[in-house]
This record gives sequence, structure tokens and C-alpha cells, in this order.
Amino acid sequence: MATSAIDRTAKQIVLTVQEYSLFAWRAVLNLFRPPIYWTDFLMQSDIIGVGSLPIVILSGFFTGGVLALQSAATLAEFGATAVTGQFVSLTMIRELGAVLTGIMVAGRNSSSMASELGSMVVTEQIDAMRALGVDPLRKLVTPRIFASIAMLLLLTIVADAFGILGGAAVTVFLNHQNGTQYLNSAYEHLRYPDIIQGLVKPLFFGYLLASIGCFYGMRTTGGTEGVGRSTITAVVTSSVLIIAVDFVITHILLTIFPT
Amino acid sequence: MSDTSISAAEPPASDREAGPVVELCGDSMDFDGPPVLEDISFSVAPGETRVLLGPAGVGKSVLLKLIIGLLRPRKGTIHLFGEDISQLPEENLFPLRARAGMVFQESALFDSLTVRDNVAYQLIQERVPDGEIDSRVREALSFVGLEETFEQYPASLSGGMKRRVAIARALIHDPELILYDSPTGGLDPVTSTTIIELIVKQRDVHATPALLVTHRLQDAFTLCNHRFDAEQDRMVPLPAGETNSNTTFLMLEEGRLILDGSLDELLHTDNKFVREFLE
Repeated sequence: MATSAIDRTAKQIVLTVQEYSLFAWRAVLNLFRPPIYWTDFLMQSDIIGVGSLPIVILSGFFTGGVLALQSAATLAEFGATAVTGQFVSLTMIRELGAVLTGIMVAGRNSSSMASELGSMVVTEQIDAMRALGVDPLRKLVTPRIFASIAMLLLLTIVADAFGILGGAAVTVFLNHQNGTQYLNSAYEHLRYPDIIQGLVKPLFFGYLLASIGCFYGMRTTGGTEGVGRSTITAVVTSSVLIIAVDFVITHILLTIFPT
Repeated sequence: MSDTSISAAEPPASDREAGPVVELCGDSMDFDGPPVLEDISFSVAPGETRVLLGPAGVGKSVLLKLIIGLLRPRKGTIHLFGEDISQLPEENLFPLRARAGMVFQESALFDSLTVRDNVAYQLIQERVPDGEIDSRVREALSFVGLEETFEQYPASLSGGMKRRVAIARALIHDPELILYDSPTGGLDPVTSTTIIELIVKQRDVHATPALLVTHRLQDAFTLCNHRFDAEQDRMVPLPAGETNSNTTFLMLEEGRLILDGSLDELLHTDNKFVREFLE
């Protein structure tokens, strides 16, 4: 009995991964075959990019501030408060800016994609679209995926910048240290590989959060309750995968660009 | 009941020679459980309106979705406009679907778009100029008597109005086949008659082949016993004893097709299930 349950679950997981892979692959291929819905791409860019800007600015700023606060005491023990700027900027740019932005945008947009597409599925709007001769994957999914990738890249840069600013604010106003020294330290120790690390990650995270949100939305079943289930699954899966994929990418990038 | 059959609008001779618009051959369907449809075979000829009868839950809507390729049969073949779609890849189905129109049971209007954008959905995707879209949408809305809803959102419309907008959306592209999924389901008798009048109008004015799913016998009989009078711009009854020869019937019982024939055959069949349904 238990074996058959495990067998069933394992098959279900494999089937989901297979369906997701085909879904995500088709969505990517659609970008290179007409018709391409540029208007939808721009609309989604506005919703994902401009709409997420406030939460990204706030989370970036306060994360930078917390990093400066937490590091100050420890660095002071070694008489190294001068490297607070380096610590904050490297942590934000190489790691936290991309991951935090990814998780924040996943929480906001994976959920909205899953619930929006899920509602369209249960009210037969997706079927109506197919019946009208329009490919929902091309019209709804592909623009969302590419808008997410493009916007997450830009949002990560914004989060990095506000993270460093948050660190600067804490350094100057709470830790009463020299702001110029903080910014010099933040800038001088930055290398191209650090920036590359920080800018490669959002490309993967943007793809993940949008494709997973759309995937769970498009396979919604079970009415409005199913929409809720799809939304939760999309947010949880995309958030966990962002962290897991971050580990893998970091490992690969550290192999390519050793510190 | 009917000794005389008349046909209000005949399809062009070339269409009649072209073969059936839809042809199903031995189709079966299930959802990983007991069969929903079993060994279904029938066809829809050019200019023909087929009324698919049956109680709720016998697979009528599933059958419509199979015909337009929204679902795939487990067994059998489906020819739509002469092309076998049972194994056709999804992307090759889109051009075929664009040639047909479908009215969904719950209208399935895009709730974030205005009535204008809903009706014009196909035209917008084809990048038809805005001026032409506006005039064609107004024409389609005028056909269903809803010109005043042009800029409204579906949420502000009643159930019957939504159904009429859905009909306008299905008709704007001059479809070669229309599929109606319970177009009068859940509507009051007056609104139902309005919807049936539109279907009769489309049948008699444009001779568009159609498949109409319903469990309401009165709708089926109205379609058979009425014609659209263009001069009076309304549906009028046919003289006593006359029926529309282009309107024929199909009946499903637990996923099986148990009747395929004219109104006369429907009324005089010995099948116990059909007799109970009629009574």
C-alpha cells in the first residue's frame, strides 16, 4: 500500500517535471517565431517592473541597512569597520540583491500569474482563446516570461543600489562612521566577476518565477479552490527553486571566477 | 408531425459538393476513468444545423470540444474542414479553429476586456485597422441587438447579454462552422427565445453550418418550426406541418449516440430513452 503511494507520487513528480520542461521550452521557442506580442510584453514589463519597484526599493534599502548594522559590531572587534562598505556592496551585488529581488517578485508576480491564468482556465477563457485561433502560450506565457527576465535584471540593479544606500545611511547616521570611506570601500573592492555574478542570476530567477507561475496557472483544475491551490504552489515552488538554483549558479560561477 | 420540409437558405452548390464540414468516425473519449463518449460517428454537412440533445452530463460539451480540437479523442478520427485533426499538433490547429466560431456555455468572455475588444479579439490579433474593427464590431453587436454595450465590461452585463456578446464574437469572423454549447442554459424564457432567434437568423441568412448542444426540447423545436423573416427582421413560425429540412437531430445517452435523424425520426423513434426524454 505504502509502496504504491510512493510509486504514484514519484510518477506524478516525474510527469510534472516533464510537463513543465516541455511547457517552458515551448514558451522560449515562441520568442523566435512570429507572431510576437510586443504590446503584451510591454504591458507585462510595466506590471512586473514598475509595479514591483516600491517593494524592491524598500527591501533592498533595509537589507543593506541590516547588513551594515549586523556587520559593524563584528568588524569593530577586529578594528575593520572601514570595510563595512565592501562587505555590504559585495553581499548585495553578488548574492542578496538578486535572491531577495527574485523572492519578492516571485511573491508578487508568480502568484498573480498563477491566479490570473488559473481564473482564465476555470472560466473557460483559455479555451475560448484557443477556440478563437490564438495560442495562449504565445499570447499569455511568453510575454510574461521575457518581461520577468528583463525586469528582474533591472530590479536587481535597483535593489543593489538601494542596498548600498541603506548600508550608507546606517553607517553614517547610526554607526556614526565616515560616509565617504564607506562608499570608497564599497566601490574599490568591486570586480567585474562580482557584477557578472549579480547580473547572471536574475536572468535565471526571472525565467523561473514566471514560467512556474504560468505553468501552475495553466494547469489549474477544481474551480476557485483550485486557483488558490495553484497560487500557493506557484509561490512556494518558485521561491524554493530560486534559492536552490542560486546555490547551483553560485557554485558554477565561483568555479569560473574563483575569488 | 412534418410532412413537408423547407429550407430557408441553401448553401452554395460548391459547398454542398465539398463534403461534410465536420465528420466524426468511431470517436471515444475518457478522462482516465470510465468512458465519457463511446464510438461516436456523425457528420455536419454544409448549411446543416445539427441539434445535439441529451440530459446533463452525457458528454455533449466534451463532444463539442473534441470537434474543435480543444480535447483529443482516445480513439477514432475527427475531420474538421476536411482535415483530420485527431492527431494534429496544437499549433496546426489554430488556423483551423480560427475558421470556426464557438459559443461557450458560460459565455467565456475575457473579463478584463471591453465588449468591443472581446468581440474584436480575433481581428485585433490579426492587426486589422482600428476603424475597420470598430465598424465590424458595431455590425456584429447590431446583429445581436447590443450596440449600446460597445464600451462596457462583461461584468456589467446580464447573463443573456453576455451570451449574445459571445455569439457576436463567434460570428464577427464569418465562421464556416458555429458550435453553440447550451446557448440558452440558465436563461429565462424570453432571453432564451432571443438567443434562439439569433441562431435561426444566422442559419437562414448566412446558411452557416452549426452544431447546437442543448437539453431544452423547446429550443430544438423552435429551431425546426421557425424561419427568419428578413423583411420583418424577426423569427416567424413556419406554416403548420412544415419544418426546416436543414435542421436535424442527434441524441446522446451515457456517451453513446442513440439517434441521428430528422425531427420526424426523433418524434417517431421507438427508443425508450428518447421517448422518455421527449415526454
